[in-house]
Amino acid sequence: MTGTVTYDVAVIGAGLVGSAIARELAGHQLSVVSVEARADVGDGTSKANTAILHTGFDAKPGTLESRLVRRGHRLLGEYAGQVGIPVERSGALLVAWTPEELQALPGLGAKARQNGYDRSRIIGADQVYRELPHLGPGALGALTVPDESITCTWTTTLALATEARRRGGELLLNARVYGIDAADTGGNTGGDTGGQATILHTTAGDVRARYVVNAAGLGCDTVDQLFGYERFTVTPRRGELLVFDKQARPLTDRIVLPVPSRLGKGILVSPTIYGNIMLGPTAEDLPDKTATGTSEAGFEFLRRKGERIIPALLREEVTASYAGLRAAIDRDDYLIDADHGRGYVLVGGIRSTGLTACMAVAEHVRDLLGDGGLKLTPRADLPDPPRMPNIGENFTRPYQDEARIAGDPAYGRIVCFCERVTAGEIRDAYRSTIPPRDLNGLRRRTRAMNGRCQGFYCGAEVMALADRRGDLTSAGRTGPESR
Amino acid sequence: MSAPLSTDVLIIGAGPAGLTAAASLAPHLAGEVLVLEREAEAGGIPRHSDHPGYGIRDLKTFVSGPAYARRLTARALKAGARVQTQAMVTGWAGARTVEVTSPAGRQRIAARAIVLATGARERPRAARLVPGDRPAGVYTTGQLQNLVHLQHARPGHRAVIVGAELVSWSAAVTLRAAHCQPVLMTSAYDKPESYAAFTVPGRLALRLPVATRTRIARIIGEGRVRAVELEHLDTGARRTVECDTVVFTGDWIPDNELARAVGLEMDPHTRGPLVDTAQVTSDPGVFAIGNLTHPVDTADVAALDGRAVASHVLRYLSEGASAGSTETRVVPGENLLWISPGRINNSAAPPRGRLLSWPRRHVSVPTVTVRQDGTTLVSRRIPWPASPGRVFRIPSSLLDSAPDGATVTVDIA
Repeated sequence: MTGTVTYDVAVIGAGLVGSAIARELAGHQLSVVSVEARADVGDGTSKANTAILHTGFDAKPGTLESRLVRRGHRLLGEYAGQVGIPVERSGALLVAWTPEELQALPGLGAKARQNGYDRSRIIGADQVYRELPHLGPGALGALTVPDESITCTWTTTLALATEARRRGGELLLNARVYGIDAADTGGNTGGDTGGQATILHTTAGDVRARYVVNAAGLGCDTVDQLFGYERFTVTPRRGELLVFDKQARPLTDRIVLPVPSRLGKGILVSPTIYGNIMLGPTAEDLPDKTATGTSEAGFEFLRRKGERIIPALLREEVTASYAGLRAAIDRDDYLIDADHGRGYVLVGGIRSTGLTACMAVAEHVRDLLGDGGLKLTPRADLPDPPRMPNIGENFTRPYQDEARIAGDPAYGRIVCFCERVTAGEIRDAYRSTIPPRDLNGLRRRTRAMNGRCQGFYCGAEVMALADRRGDLTSAGRTGPESR
Repeated sequence: MSAPLSTDVLIIGAGPAGLTAAASLAPHLAGEVLVLEREAEAGGIPRHSDHPGYGIRDLKTFVSGPAYARRLTARALKAGARVQTQAMVTGWAGARTVEVTSPAGRQRIAARAIVLATGARERPRAARLVPGDRPAGVYTTGQLQNLVHLQHARPGHRAVIVGAELVSWSAAVTLRAAHCQPVLMTSAYDKPESYAAFTVPGRLALRLPVATRTRIARIIGEGRVRAVELEHLDTGARRTVECDTVVFTGDWIPDNELARAVGLEMDPHTRGPLVDTAQVTSDPGVFAIGNLTHPVDTADVAALDGRAVASHVLRYLSEGASAGSTETRVVPGENLLWISPGRINNSAAPPRGRLLSWPRRHVSVPTVTVRQDGTTLVSRRIPWPASPGRVFRIPSSLLDSAPDGATVTVDIA
């Protein structure tokens, strides 16, 4: 690829936003390449998103974020149905615990209406406890947001990236951009950037493209600097999460949100699409963009908060803990900006709402590129959208599917017992358009080893299958008899 | 889904308890005894504990885990039980009807009686809330032994073992066999929890130091474990030990998902289903045995649960609900983490005439007390030590003087 091809567009970053942009652009008569620093798509901030499909009720009215979240909510909702991303409309309650918080609810309701969302209602304490019987004592009332939904951030990124690939987009992994140069394309590639192109120097070789979209998440300030800008800094904000055993799932059907205060958004309790309960995230600004470790202080804080919100939750087992880094910037809105002269678009400051907004961000970026002269001709010959494997707990999974097992017994061979992942699904993951590169990639695609035993029973078997890249024919099983 | 298949007795789990129950029941039943096992081979956890020490109490023998697993499987089959592997019970379709997934298909199976023998697992790192990086190289003993004995993989080079229970020494043996050097064992207690008799030769044979009163405070390493940070519980002093492998051992929890899912009354102390001395759960047709009810005793003790349950199941099948059941609870005092069984049934003593319990601290010459309604009914010195890394067995005859009714509290001092 070095030096020979000039792509129409290079998208730096293959997280939710980058993948959505690549997919959108690949729907046109354009050559598109995704340039991803890590070994897999969605392996940065996207993987640790709280996975809530937001209505945008609490965005700052009038902002780009407000508009894109509202539009994205609809786009992703429809897309999810098409490609099989699991979504559950759980609804949310913003619970007020103090008189101040109670007084803040009408204002939040009004803000929701300003954001175009008019289905929020204020309910009294009695109704709160009817909806959330396990809520700790002291709730005074709540604002309902019945359309907040839970989804799967892993499947979403993978669906978008997969469709980008199937539409002919290329995906370059392990390609960290460390430098850029301007290049002359010889003026024969359409001329709308005046024959100029950008060469991205990456750890996987040089990439030449007429337009560059910077959707590098945590790294987008660094990439922006390569283009000569000094306009913002990404402060990694660490968010720690505890995921409780599926046996805790009956404790809440709804997302329990805190009332936002000056001190930030606070801790939420939410069901997950995998049938667990999630508690978090903490919010801690860090200097280090790789600090995805968990901390004693974080755990202690979460336990204290969780104890107040749903006391019974703390009596259940913790299945997993995560720490994700959010790409916080020092402003109250997304920072999406085009430099038409250089064929460069920055997509920065996309915080946790980016999951909801990503497809709307992609449209927005497409239009910005169009404004800058990129010729956007929709393709008539697009392949059908992919159909993603379902890893949502409340939709039929292969182990429950009689017809599917009858057709292929590998879907009846449960390998990961806690999460009921079958050998067939693991095999399929390795045969898919974007196969996993490591065990964590496999976990995000199938849920294997994500359950309560964390590998006590299945770890060795799953790892052996991963080593064989899901091949079920060779060597398969070893047991006492074969030793 | 098609109509449910039916069987006389369904045993869920083909470990030592389930297989022994099958072998004991099958000769006495005209109908079928079906054992469902989700793993590819029957035998349970001994399958991957490739060292001797199995079968002492039940088979009067001394063999390796895999040999023991094979023998128990053969006995169940010879007795006429059907053992189906790669068949996982994923849920319930009724009080005594289960949903099963296997490569042969998705089925419902209805049984006249069900024996739960799903065992226990070690709490992994996440459940213990150990913070830090999340690199590869962190295992439980179960995963380690699977990896080494069944998949023939090599864990790492230098290991820290968290816990100093019996199973922790088993982990040390496994690591050694896989050429991974165990460099340190940690214990929150003031001495290693396992048998003194095992620890001394264990230490000698493995030359493995044990850091007592120590907890693991953090795991360090990008991609792969590089070190662990340890904290002394009394002084708060911290130090870093370099290693590329961490094994979390012990700290058992019953695999209680099916028991909870069908709404059986749970024992808040063992976290398994509450059983009485006749091994009956809160559903008179559902029995629970083995380490699901006492996390964990040795495999042979679990197996003997299976032998004992046979007569209770047969009686249930012929007479219906057990005549001797009571509401009298047996609960642990403050020096015990749990005690099992947790309810008295006047028709039966527990298996081997023993209550099983888990001490919270060391007592060299323990005195067992039995209290009811504020009165101490029994206070008896027991000639074997109590230690927090293994089951402490108490003669169930100590409960004989407790009248039905009020909760009985058993403790050691």
